[in-house]
Amino acid sequence: MDAADSARRAQLLASVPSYRLCIGCGACSATCSAGQFTQFNIRRIHTAFNCGQTDTLAEQLDSCMLCGKCMLVCPRGVNLRSLIIRMRQLLAN
Amino acid sequence: MKRYWNEYQKEIADDRYFYERSCIRQTFFPGSEAAFLKILREELGKDICDNPHQHTCTGIGYHSDVVPFDTTMTVVARLFSLMKECGYSNYVPSCVTSFGVFTEVMAKWAENPALKEKARQYLWEACRREFEVPDNIVHPSDIIYKFRFDLKPRMRYQLVNRFTGKPLRVVEHIGCHYAKIFPEQGIGKAEFPYVLAGMIEAWGGEVIDYPERRHCCGFGFRQYLVRENRGYSIANTKKKFESMEPYEPDFILTNCPGCNMFLDKWQYTIAEMERKTYDRDGYGIPVLTYEELTGLLLGYDPWTLGLQMHQVQAERLLDKIGIAYNPREKYAGSNGRMLNPPAKPECLLV
Repeated sequence: MDAADSARRAQLLASVPSYRLCIGCGACSATCSAGQFTQFNIRRIHTAFNCGQTDTLAEQLDSCMLCGKCMLVCPRGVNLRSLIIRMRQLLAN
Repeated sequence: MKRYWNEYQKEIADDRYFYERSCIRQTFFPGSEAAFLKILREELGKDICDNPHQHTCTGIGYHSDVVPFDTTMTVVARLFSLMKECGYSNYVPSCVTSFGVFTEVMAKWAENPALKEKARQYLWEACRREFEVPDNIVHPSDIIYKFRFDLKPRMRYQLVNRFTGKPLRVVEHIGCHYAKIFPEQGIGKAEFPYVLAGMIEAWGGEVIDYPERRHCCGFGFRQYLVRENRGYSIANTKKKFESMEPYEPDFILTNCPGCNMFLDKWQYTIAEMERKTYDRDGYGIPVLTYEELTGLLLGYDPWTLGLQMHQVQAERLLDKIGIAYNPREKYAGSNGRMLNPPAKPECLLV
């Protein structure tokens, strides 16, 4: 963790400010439609992103259908759809 | 390079604590708080105040958006005034949500001192009381963690399966409000909390690391308080159990009243809904509070600790550790007369 590159995380926080409120409870991943049928797990993805473990994340993020169900259940009001789109962009760059 | 790991410790006071009880723990896990006070006073020789005039921290109402922050901070200020009146300065809230509320109020006061003055004014106008901010706020699990090696020599049992001689395999679950909102307030911060893992390892057990280890238990206030939303709550719990099931835990250890209750009682609900239990034999996975575990290992009576109040019954775990108990006293009242035993569920065996 000490060796993690936090630059991308800083960019993510700057463009999706509501992500600062995330407590990592995982309600998003527990209710995710894609997560019921695939290994897609948004809590695990953004935790790995923050730790700089991004090798397979772009591929995993493709499983998201952007339905926004996670945003209905998030107790902290995080803009998860925007978070996922922004993570895709940062990983593509 | 920034050295993150240096930040992963916190200061825990040595002695002279002011204890604040939880709203719900005495209903669902009635022996835990009494066990904590006994452990501190009789095993560790500490001074801890259990003031009868204490009250709610408003946590449930606050997180459900029915109690405004100004009310919450005034109620918190009143609790601090009780601590001051008793001559203590180290605050110990039993509940993880209370711990989160206190750390949040303290953070807000630190960021905006005018809010603290507002709280002083509200408290004075409401009940003519004055308060001081505590020197140290810690959760009781922090204290047990701090003294885990002092307690170990006094323990009659270890976390070892007496039939196989192997360490018991334990899932540790930390309440979200312990360190996820203010990570620096928890030992090991939010993603790598060590408070319960430290106890398990010190007392001979093995901590299970599974994919959804840091997932919420399903007790999110906004998810369970409204009946129509409870599917969200149980979805969280199910995800967690599905993730831990392949590792075959002997029991789950928690430090939060809500986690304890939901991980225990939702096992019954999932069994009724889906005919699914998360152990091989259909009995479910026992869920213990850290006080119950500490008390058991110290040799306290399981029924005095209140284990019969759990949904998933603990006898099979007690047998594995080798803890002596009298089955005939399980449902005895405090006067020794037998109470009616509870009804048995259809799917989850007891």
